[in-house]
Amino acid sequence: MEFSRRDTFALGAGAVALTMLPISASAAAEDAIAEFTGGAEVANTGVTLTAPEIAENGNTVPISVDAPGATAIMVLAAGNPTPGVATFNFGPLAAAQSASTRIRLAGTQDVIAVAKMADGSFAQASSTVKVTIGGCGG
Amino acid sequence: MISRRDFLQVSMAASALLGSSGFGNWARLAAQQSLTQDQLLQFDTFGNISLIHVTDIHGQLKPIYFREPEINIGVGDNRGAVPHITGADFRRAYGIEDGSPSAYALTYDDFASLAKGYGRVGGLDRMSTVINAIRADRPDALLLDGGDTWHGSYTCYHTEGQDMVNVMNALKPDAMTFHWEFTLGSDRVAEIVEGLPFAALGQNIFDAEWDEPAELFKPYKFFDRGGAKVAVIGQAFPYMPIANPGWMFPEYSFGIRDENMQAMVDEVRGMGADVVVVLSHNGFDVDKKMASVVTGIDVILSGHTHDALPEPVQVGQTFIIASGSNGKFVSRVDLDVRDGRMMGIRHKLIPIFADVIAPDPVVTKIIDEQRAPYLDQLTEVIGQTDSVLYRRGNFNGSWDDLICDALLTERDADIAMSPGVRWGPSLIPGDDITREDIFGVTSMSYGKAYRTEMTGEFIKIILEDVADNIFNPDPYYQQGGDMVRIGGMGYRIDINKPQGERITEMTLLKNGEAIDPAKTYVVAGWASVNEGTEGPQIWDVVESHIRNQGTVTVAPNNSVKVIGA
Repeated sequence: MEFSRRDTFALGAGAVALTMLPISASAAAEDAIAEFTGGAEVANTGVTLTAPEIAENGNTVPISVDAPGATAIMVLAAGNPTPGVATFNFGPLAAAQSASTRIRLAGTQDVIAVAKMADGSFAQASSTVKVTIGGCGG
Repeated sequence: MISRRDFLQVSMAASALLGSSGFGNWARLAAQQSLTQDQLLQFDTFGNISLIHVTDIHGQLKPIYFREPEINIGVGDNRGAVPHITGADFRRAYGIEDGSPSAYALTYDDFASLAKGYGRVGGLDRMSTVINAIRADRPDALLLDGGDTWHGSYTCYHTEGQDMVNVMNALKPDAMTFHWEFTLGSDRVAEIVEGLPFAALGQNIFDAEWDEPAELFKPYKFFDRGGAKVAVIGQAFPYMPIANPGWMFPEYSFGIRDENMQAMVDEVRGMGADVVVVLSHNGFDVDKKMASVVTGIDVILSGHTHDALPEPVQVGQTFIIASGSNGKFVSRVDLDVRDGRMMGIRHKLIPIFADVIAPDPVVTKIIDEQRAPYLDQLTEVIGQTDSVLYRRGNFNGSWDDLICDALLTERDADIAMSPGVRWGPSLIPGDDITREDIFGVTSMSYGKAYRTEMTGEFIKIILEDVADNIFNPDPYYQQGGDMVRIGGMGYRIDINKPQGERITEMTLLKNGEAIDPAKTYVVAGWASVNEGTEGPQIWDVVESHIRNQGTVTVAPNNSVKVIGA
């Protein structure tokens, strides 16, 4: 059998300009948190953020947040050029203070959820979501 | 509670007969006389429930050789912990005699001479004999298949998994979970699963569009056994669309989903489960972490990373069982379940010595029927080997060195890349290399060998990306394969550095020059996860190369310098 250069193919999506290194939280994300909390202390319990450890598709990553007793939950993709994803507001008649959505991630980074509680306190959770080129599963 | 006795008496019996006469002069007859089927199957039936675990068979219907890894590095909390010890360290940890049947089955050293003495391992007809013997002790034993079953051979490729389905159905499993099965494509998977006479399980198999549990796969199934309710929860390979081509099964989403696992454990406990068994394709370190996060699992039958461990590993109140790959082992796990809880466990990892365990003629016949239409193609001799050809190892294996050589030569490339998969049988010096042997290490539904140009910078990005999938200290970020195999290029890897800093000293071997990030190199590889990959099938490339060589000799590979192991 003979193979020639004609068999060459285009790597296609493999060559996309993904940023493979973890993107650290930007000043913009920190500013957004400060604005949301007014600089108040943020607890580490009280909000549950569910996100995949490794994104199956960085363009549409399913996440959900749950913070019983919250009046609002802000979601940030800390490493995106524009970190703000959404702020969910819950009225007094809301049966549950949870929400889910899909977000686009520019690369491996932390997703952050900050909840504002009815008593005016704040809670935060974060989760590292890896965006990888993959391809070598055993 | 767990005794080494059950497994180790096999090695003790053999070493008593043969003494410690050193290596390299094993007489096949003596080796086989020292080991009997009764010894391999001996088990004092315990408790009221038996589980039989098989996993990662990868299409191996017939007996094969399989060399275990020499290099299998653990990181983070798993540094130096099983299964990340090999060779003499492994034998010392489990009290295994050098040169014994257990040493041959579980470690890599002196593989060629021990293989000549003890012969091949595996074969689904031998597995059937073992399964039947366990069922003779305990007629209602549960047979659980951890997946990676419908993949990995010439006949499996050409029948799209039907050969394995037909033979496995004869073994009558009770439940199964999945990984490589999905690379048959979602239509074919649905076609097979809809007709399966047993449960297809995966609590983490979700509908990609709605992010809800997929209808075709149930999260768990209850079995009434020994007066107790046994709940078996399935856990498919979490990173299927990342490690394998997601475009082949776009309807499905996976992930570890340990919060849903906890919900399922709580649900089955609420429904009266006396014992909770997880049939998992997570990989061993992921299972260890999951056992520490999720409460209420009694036993995890672990697959994916192809580890074979003669004892369970306990994490909290959960016992994790690792049963090897390629048909080489069957695990028997007896449980004592009373008053709504597991009171005791007894386990034996049974090596399937093909010359010692009699084949089940019923299953041999079914296997031969699957192979008959392809026999001429399967058995055609392409060349011979002077070297042990094996795959397992974190950075390279001689099979992959040969495949990379084939890519460099046949595809006229500077650098070759071969995926770090862990399946594929071994050959020993003097063996013929048949077409079946080549398919055993290359068969897949996306095996086209691409040829493309990459910058030095992009090659480093790939290496860094794959390295982090193996050496990320958090097991939940590990995908369970090995490092991408590289031909034509050497590099240095410091496994304890973060992503982006592990790989240095990338060197083009043909001229000894450092890889230039800005320069473009011709790269040949295979198993791209991208849709539309073009090129000849990898098995044709390898066949052509071996034909040209006649007899293959693979030199030791010292092109990867490993730091921090």
